[in-house]
Amino acid sequence: MTPRTITELAAALRDGSTTPQALLADALARVERTDKDLNAYLSVTRELAEQQADAAARTLGDHPDTASPLCGIPVALKDVLCVDGIETTAGSKILRGFKPPYTGTAVQRLFDAGAVCIGKTNCDEFAMGSSTENSAYGPVGNPWDIERVPGGSSGGSAATVAAGSVPYSLGTDTGGSIRQPAALCGVVGFKPTYGRVSRYGLIAFASSLDQIGPFTRTVEDAALVFAAIAGHDPCDSTSEPRAVEDPLASLGAGVAGMRLGIPREYLGDGTEPGVRASVEAAFRVLEAQGATLHEVSLPSTDVALSVYYVIAPAECSSNLARYDGVRFGNRVERASLTDMYLQTRGAGFGNEVKRRIMLGTYALSSGYYDAYYRQAQKVRTLVSQEFEAVFKEVDAIVCPTSPSVAFPMGSRDDPLSMYMCDVVTLPANLAGVPGISVPCGFVDGLPAGLQVIAPRFEDARVLRVAHAYEQATDFHTVLSPYAGKAA
Amino acid sequence: MTEAATIPAALDRYEVVIGLEVHAQLLTRSKMFCPCPADYTSAAPNENTCPVCLGLPGVLPTINQQAVEYTVRTAVALHCDIPAFTKFDRKNYFYPDLPKGYQISQYDLPLSVNGHLAFPVGGETVRCGITRVHLEEDTGTMHHAGDVLQSATSSLIDLNRSGVPLMEIVGEPDLRTPEAAREYLVRLRQILMYIGVNDGNLEKGSFRCDANISLRPHGVQELGVKVEVKNMNSFRAVQHALESEIERQTGVLDAGGTLVQETRGWVETQGRTISQRSKEQAHDYRYFPEPDLPPLRLDAAFVERMRAALPELPEARAHRFREQYGLTAYDAAVLTDTRDDADTYEAVVGSGVPAKLAANWQSGDVAALANEHRMPLQHSGLGVDGLASLLRLVDAGTINGPTAKELLAELYVAGGNPEALVRDRGLAQVSDTTELSALVDAAIAGNPAAAADFRAGKQQALGQLMRAVKDATGGKADMPLANRLLRERLSEQ
Repeated sequence: MTPRTITELAAALRDGSTTPQALLADALARVERTDKDLNAYLSVTRELAEQQADAAARTLGDHPDTASPLCGIPVALKDVLCVDGIETTAGSKILRGFKPPYTGTAVQRLFDAGAVCIGKTNCDEFAMGSSTENSAYGPVGNPWDIERVPGGSSGGSAATVAAGSVPYSLGTDTGGSIRQPAALCGVVGFKPTYGRVSRYGLIAFASSLDQIGPFTRTVEDAALVFAAIAGHDPCDSTSEPRAVEDPLASLGAGVAGMRLGIPREYLGDGTEPGVRASVEAAFRVLEAQGATLHEVSLPSTDVALSVYYVIAPAECSSNLARYDGVRFGNRVERASLTDMYLQTRGAGFGNEVKRRIMLGTYALSSGYYDAYYRQAQKVRTLVSQEFEAVFKEVDAIVCPTSPSVAFPMGSRDDPLSMYMCDVVTLPANLAGVPGISVPCGFVDGLPAGLQVIAPRFEDARVLRVAHAYEQATDFHTVLSPYAGKAA
Repeated sequence: MTEAATIPAALDRYEVVIGLEVHAQLLTRSKMFCPCPADYTSAAPNENTCPVCLGLPGVLPTINQQAVEYTVRTAVALHCDIPAFTKFDRKNYFYPDLPKGYQISQYDLPLSVNGHLAFPVGGETVRCGITRVHLEEDTGTMHHAGDVLQSATSSLIDLNRSGVPLMEIVGEPDLRTPEAAREYLVRLRQILMYIGVNDGNLEKGSFRCDANISLRPHGVQELGVKVEVKNMNSFRAVQHALESEIERQTGVLDAGGTLVQETRGWVETQGRTISQRSKEQAHDYRYFPEPDLPPLRLDAAFVERMRAALPELPEARAHRFREQYGLTAYDAAVLTDTRDDADTYEAVVGSGVPAKLAANWQSGDVAALANEHRMPLQHSGLGVDGLASLLRLVDAGTINGPTAKELLAELYVAGGNPEALVRDRGLAQVSDTTELSALVDAAIAGNPAAAADFRAGKQQALGQLMRAVKDATGGKADMPLANRLLRERLSEQ
């Protein structure tokens, strides 16, 4: 059976050609066949999934017309999303065995819609990384080339959709952790506006940058998932109270007459020629759809990376202080409190996490705060203002998602070259604006992604532009070898 | 202790500079950032907790609106400015009673700034500036198997208190004596209790105080080396700790030594402070804006509503009591000690009891009974209405003082209707002149020796005759009238 989209499966569930239980069995079988190679899952939640599939079957039987389009459809969740009673590790040894006593808001909204959770996906430890090589539980293989990384940090969530095991998954994006792996795995990855999806129940990396979003095979599916999880949550004070614009209403409105901006800084020397060619071809497609393209400038792009690597580690150094071995997670027993802290954290965290905790602790220290954290916040404001200025000229930005296609595992062993992966995604996090990656071609058999960015709360516009592009191309219909193999 | 001798001598050479920091738990229903009950004492350990106040991965704080209102109420009562924009910050440090590894507090943009508190000390008015009043969350509590954490073999953590709203009131270093410091705390606590934001319990730690103290030679502008003193859980402890610290610092300075900036703990049993940590060991709290909470914007209308809703504060009320009810400064202060006391007094007077009569009874017998039964009048069986009713009977002359006193004691806990009891038991005083005159005659006839003694000029002899009249009425005689009638009759012959 060819992997199908949410939209297709929702129809199949209603015309009686399949059942939630059958979809679950199929998804679990695909995971069974592929995950020895991919390592996309940290846990498979068969028991929970069976209960949810049975409940979804009843809902579909009783109320097929009013049931959510997500009802009865399998989903995988990045392992930074808390699910009541289900082990949630954030890809870290320090949380091995940790079972949260509550379910986060976005996940609960999926569950309320009838979603069937088949498992928790592998990721960089505490979402810190761009290749999923920083997971304490081993790297994830890219379904297009198992020797290569799937991107990160939501590598498992991207890979499992690319492998066709589930039609969609949730990931989180702090500096590109949804969009970049989506690009490297040839799927759709959407980071909504900061504040649009509740972060309650998302294990924090950098609170002012983190946002939950979906991986899907189509933009329409991304809009469906977004509509289900978005909206104000009283448990998240940074979530936006204003109503969510229905992304499906304008999805097919096209780009005719739209002004699209290409930031000159986003196609710099670091961009691989193959990626550049794919993205430039995508621009022509959009022009053919009636959009006009304009070169724009986001001058602070070159410093955005530095700003990000002050703010994100600063917040992480504080967010990760709770992993101290006192109340939950793993403890290394020692006679004195200080030794217990040191040994627990020393043994529990991986190198990248330690590196960022140290960077952030330093940046916030007395005497350095003004030079680093405060200065970074000022430049962050500048980055936001530059986006606002550009969005006075154009309706949306189009650009590459990643300067490169999937790279071989172990090939980027110095942190800086890894950090460069996110150079065109993290400005959107700093500004809080929505961004999406859609498949836009292949370079030597490896997927490339087109990124669309719009002003804050114009999530529907991002989806509309991406949908118009997707409908004019067929890159999204090409299956990864694993999706083919598994079928 | 020897403060009595050394303190005045020290004050001769050095000026003492004291600034106080008070932490007051707010009487909100729920915690600062989650819906858990804020009452942490009556629940079993860790019962009043949830993922938020346990600091579990993935949780987020939400601001308790009532806590913000209580803090603004405090700020306006202390004459503070309320900036339109305020924010929360994270104060980062590791300790087992701090589940998130940071405390949500306020750093550079507190909820209020620049207030003051004025109060009399030894006949002079002391005005102490209030640097700021800000809002934060309390930590959990620890129970060590051993004296202190570092030497304990094990420790138990109770997180019921974790996340309880805590207000920090930072005073300017405007206080010059331990007495002034104590009085500042007494007055501050009284205000917080008056406005209903804090229960003022120093012993249980819902009202806590740290003191910063330094000495400098008179006339010197520059401040001396500051020592922070902690672990004081009574007003007395604050005063004694500061006196002890003055003595210690004076000793060091007089000997030509230099003080070190440090934190010292008051050890009540030893009557001295001991060093806890030096400046070098001080934490770097790495404050930064709390990214999980958007800044708060308090509009002027909200602040004005808080100001308008403020009750009359103790000092103003005492002043009014003097003017309106003709009370002495002492009586006015006693009767406005708590808001309940003052409300009681005004309710009793408002029901028709003369001001002076009400004042005497409330600050005398009623206060004694409240103390004896550890039960304030408002919660007693008698209640405020019962007292008012009893005192109206006294004022009307229906019952005499001793009868009223007995009734008050009887009804204080048990409760009852004084008017009905007086009627049913026939306790109304005998104030009929004809009836009393007959009893006076009988008393003289029955105690001829006493009558003769009195007539011979022995004033004390009247007592026996008065008792005879009193006994004859079962204690109900109008004694002032009986006194007059006895004197008249004895002077006739």
